[in-house]
This record gives sequence, structure tokens and C-alpha cells, in this order.
Amino acid sequence: MKNPYIPYQVNIIDAWYEAPGERCIKTFKVTFADEKLWDTWSHLPGQCAMVGTPGVGESMFCISSSPTEKGYLRFSIMKAGMNTSALHELEAGDSLFIRGPLGNSFPVEEWKGKNVVTIGGGIGQAPLRPVIQWIRDNRSDYGELELVYGARTSEDHCFKAEFEEIGQSGDCECHLSIDVEEEKWPHFVGFVPSLLMEVAPKPDNTIAVTCGPPVMINFVLQNLEKLGFTPEQVYTTLENRMKCGIGKCGRCNVGHLYVCKDGPVFSYAQLKEIPEAFA
Amino acid sequence: MAVKRLSKEKVADALGELSKFRLIAPAKSDDVVVFKQISDPAEACLDYGNSTVPPKKFAFPQTETLFRFVTGSPELEEKNVEEEGTTIIFGLRPCDARAMAIVDKLFAWDFDDPYYLKRRELTTLVGMACVEPPSVNCFCTSLGGSPFGTEGLDLLLTDMGDHYLVQALTDKGKKLEETLSSQLEGAAADDEKKAKEIAAEAEGKIRRSIATGGIPEKLPGLWENELWKKISAACLGCGICTFLCPTCHCFDIQDEVEELGEGRRCRMWDSCMFEEYTVHASGHNPRPTRKERTRNRINHKYSYYPDKFDVIACVGCGRCINLCPVNIDILDILDQVVDAS
Repeated sequence: MKNPYIPYQVNIIDAWYEAPGERCIKTFKVTFADEKLWDTWSHLPGQCAMVGTPGVGESMFCISSSPTEKGYLRFSIMKAGMNTSALHELEAGDSLFIRGPLGNSFPVEEWKGKNVVTIGGGIGQAPLRPVIQWIRDNRSDYGELELVYGARTSEDHCFKAEFEEIGQSGDCECHLSIDVEEEKWPHFVGFVPSLLMEVAPKPDNTIAVTCGPPVMINFVLQNLEKLGFTPEQVYTTLENRMKCGIGKCGRCNVGHLYVCKDGPVFSYAQLKEIPEAFA
Repeated sequence: MAVKRLSKEKVADALGELSKFRLIAPAKSDDVVVFKQISDPAEACLDYGNSTVPPKKFAFPQTETLFRFVTGSPELEEKNVEEEGTTIIFGLRPCDARAMAIVDKLFAWDFDDPYYLKRRELTTLVGMACVEPPSVNCFCTSLGGSPFGTEGLDLLLTDMGDHYLVQALTDKGKKLEETLSSQLEGAAADDEKKAKEIAAEAEGKIRRSIATGGIPEKLPGLWENELWKKISAACLGCGICTFLCPTCHCFDIQDEVEELGEGRRCRMWDSCMFEEYTVHASGHNPRPTRKERTRNRINHKYSYYPDKFDVIACVGCGRCINLCPVNIDILDILDQVVDAS
């Protein structure tokens, strides 16, 4: 078996900024330097990888592309610390190193035949993107797909062009928001949990998946409950500081669950019992 | 397997024979006893209680290289643990061997940790039964261990006065016994009976205890209990309780770049008692104070670990009690857990 601490080299095919500013977000589209690795690689929406460069370090990020997108992986990374700052220096043609796929995934097979509503905030859309793409590429297997997404400003919105395309495709309903009023903004103004109440998805035969800043998640969970969703119908992902990514180094646990290995995907039914889950 | 005897006069000979391997034995270092590699049998100190630092570092080094790299180059050179060769840890206490058996479960959980598991494969554990409890704070018998416990060991030695009784417990132990065939002799008919008497007596000398039954199930319900604030109030966050714990296994991974871009990715012991252990890149820390960190330490050992691996991650060696600079006592903590409502 391969040593799980040894990363694979990947080459950057393309790289672009999703959002500007101090905590800017950059997307990297990568492929394995050793193309043969594609024969053995398989991941599912929600799974993660350690991403970094030897000499700087590595950190855990969700794989923000769906396995139905062939020939590349995507990572959308916010500049926050040393490793992400170094990653942001990289451009198409450069390489970096990844270890994965790590962690569990959204139970997309179990969701077949159901409606899915995604509720994202800011960079929290990154783990939702593969779910959306997966459903769009297996459209007849799923019921209605509805997207709720917001960020602080229109500039902070990730995957802008994709949202536009999805909105026009007729594949699903797209509801966007910004926190503060802007000129010419045609969509909702306010926080994501409020937008969710406006959209008011029906809980019947529906799965809600939410990712975003903790404060948003907190209110989204409360609002989903008000809308009649049971904890078993609601999924989210957690993140914590990680080092090994394979359940050994100890630090990422919430209660008895390791986020890296038992997660990052959890149902709200699981997390409700864990007092540390949203610490 | 038939028991053997090792006369005390032949111990130096036996150690000499074993020093053709990487031989780790208790030895004096300043005024404490530590496990270290010896080449001269005279360095070994077999008249000791227990080592200040457990011998866990010979399976899980305090710092170890995972791979070497040159920045900008795609070539990564994986550390070859095999090169370290056959290792004998001679004279470790049953609690420390049992600790390794407990930690083995984690390092083999789903993803095999190749570094740790390869070292364990290369290592033979020769235990020394505790005829006298090494410390007033020993409580191994509360955790399913005993002064003569054999879990994790390949061979057990018992001090019988003028000789050691030698019991091979595994194939590795048997092999070691063969290596020492010219130093060992057959045991006397009543040696085993005597050893059992000594064992029973030794168990009776353990002074401290805790009824652990029910603690793993009870802990989750005490999350908001005030006891965590109380017991962590004196904590300095120095982390010695975790560094000296034979079952603590948490680690950090860091890259070190040396001259000319050459470097290594290594892992090193880390401690859940440190603030940096859980702090996010954003600055947010899910365990911001020593209260949360102490709560996690106790829960990890006494609730999360048994939840995953069916065994409490504590062997009752007493080191965290003996060496805490502010006298925090895990048995006091567990007493409070038992009493809490």
C-alpha cells in the first residue's frame, strides 16, 4: 500500500481569482504530473485533499470539482495563513503537491430520487460545488435542485460565471444575496439565513446541504428547523486544524469524531449530540 | 512455552549478545533513568523503578523524518525505517508495553502508518515485571494491567533474587530466547510457582486505584460540568503530562528547509495542552483555554479512545501525576468525574 504521508505532484492547468481583497480566493485547476494516477484516483463530492508544497507545508481543502468533471481536480483556496499565501503565488504551469482523497463524502447515492437544496456562504460554496455539479451531470437521478448562495459583496461571490450559467440553464433555481445594498444588484440583499426564509424550500423528500461561516451555519440550521427539516435531512461539513488527514495526529476531533476521517461531512443529526461540533 | 532462567551473573553476557542488534535498555542519564541505545552492557541500569520518559520514542520518535525533498524538485525521498534494523527494548515495564499495544490500534486504524508499524515489526519487547511498584502513584491494576502483565510483551523477565525467570510470550520472544541459548538455563521446578506468589504480592502493593467502570459512558454528559474549570485552574499548559504519557501519540507535521533548498518533512510530538494545537489559520481557536484542553485530554483517554478502540488510553503508569509541576492528579480528576452529577 502506498505511504499515505507521501503526496502526489500535480501541475496547475489554470488558476484564477474568484474574489479579491485581503482574504482573496483563488481557484486552481490541476492534473497529475504522472497521468497514470488518473487510472487509480477516484473521489466523491465532499472529499478533501491535503494541498501544499514541500518546504512550506500542507493544509486540508475540499476538492471543489465533481468526479464527473474528468481530467482535472479543482481547489478553491482562501488566503489565510502561511501555506495558503504560498499557494496563492502559484500560477498555471507551476506544480504543487496533494495527498488524498481524504475523509468521507456526501451520501449522494442515498440522495437519489430526492430534491436537494444547497445553502452556501462565501468560500463555503467550495464543498457544495461538487454536489451541484454531480447532480447536474446525473440530472435524471435527482429531483429538484435549488441553490441559495450569498457573500458579503457581489465581488466576494465565488463561481460568478458558473452561477450565471446555471441560472440560465434551467437545471435549477438559483437565489443569490449580498449582505449590504449595492447599485444595480438585482437579487436579494441581506444575510443568507434570511434569504433561505424568503426562498422557503419545502422539506418533503428534500435534503438541505449547508456550508459557510459558523455564524451563518448556526442560523441556517435554526431556520431549516423552522421550515420543517428534520436533523436527518440536513448535512454540513466541518473543518478544523489538521496535520495528518488520516486520523492519527489527534487534533481535529470534535468529541469522539475525527473531522479528517469520520468527516468532513456530517448530518445535523450526528452533530447535534456533539457539544464541541460548532465550537 | 517452557520457562528459562537467566542467572544475574550472565546478564552482562546476555546484553552483550543482544548488542549485535540495536539494543535499548534503561540507563542513567544525569540523575534520572531513561531508555537509550547501549553498546556496553555496563551502561544498563536494571535496578530501577521506571524510566522518567517512557520508551515510546523507539516506536514513535520525538521527531522523525517522513521524507526528504529539494524545493522545486518533484523527487521525494521516503524515509526508510527498515535501515534502523532489528531493535530490542530490554527491561521495559509491563505498563509501557501495554501502552504500545494500545497505541498500535490507532496507528493501524484504517490507514496503516508505515513508519510506526514498520518500527513495531522490527522491535522485540523484553519486559521486566514490577516486583515492587515503581511509584506510589502506580495504578495499572485499575486499567486492566498488572505489575506482571504480559500484553504487548514478547518476553517477560521476573527478578527472583539471584536470577531472572524468563518467559517467552510470542514467536519473537521465542526467537530471542534462542539467541540467548548459551546464557539461559532451564528453570527450577518451583520457579513458576514462586513467580506467581511474587506477582500476587506485587499487585497487593499497588496503593492507588480508581473504579473506571462507567467513566467512558459518563464523561460526555459532564461536558458543561464545572469540574473542568476547577481542575484546570492550576494547569500551566506545559504539556509534560502528554509528553511523558506512554499512550499519548498526537503529533505535528512541519517542513524544515536547510541549505540549498534541501529539506525534510518531519513529524514531532505535539500536545493537546498547547494553545497552538487547534488554532485555525483565521485565528479562531475551538479550544481557547486550558479548561477546554484539559477536558479534551481526559475525554480523549477515557471516552473517545474506548469509543473507537474498546480500550481506555491510559495504563496507570503514574508519570503524569509524578511529574506535573503543579500537582494535578489524574486520579483526583477521575474521582471528581465519578462523583459528579
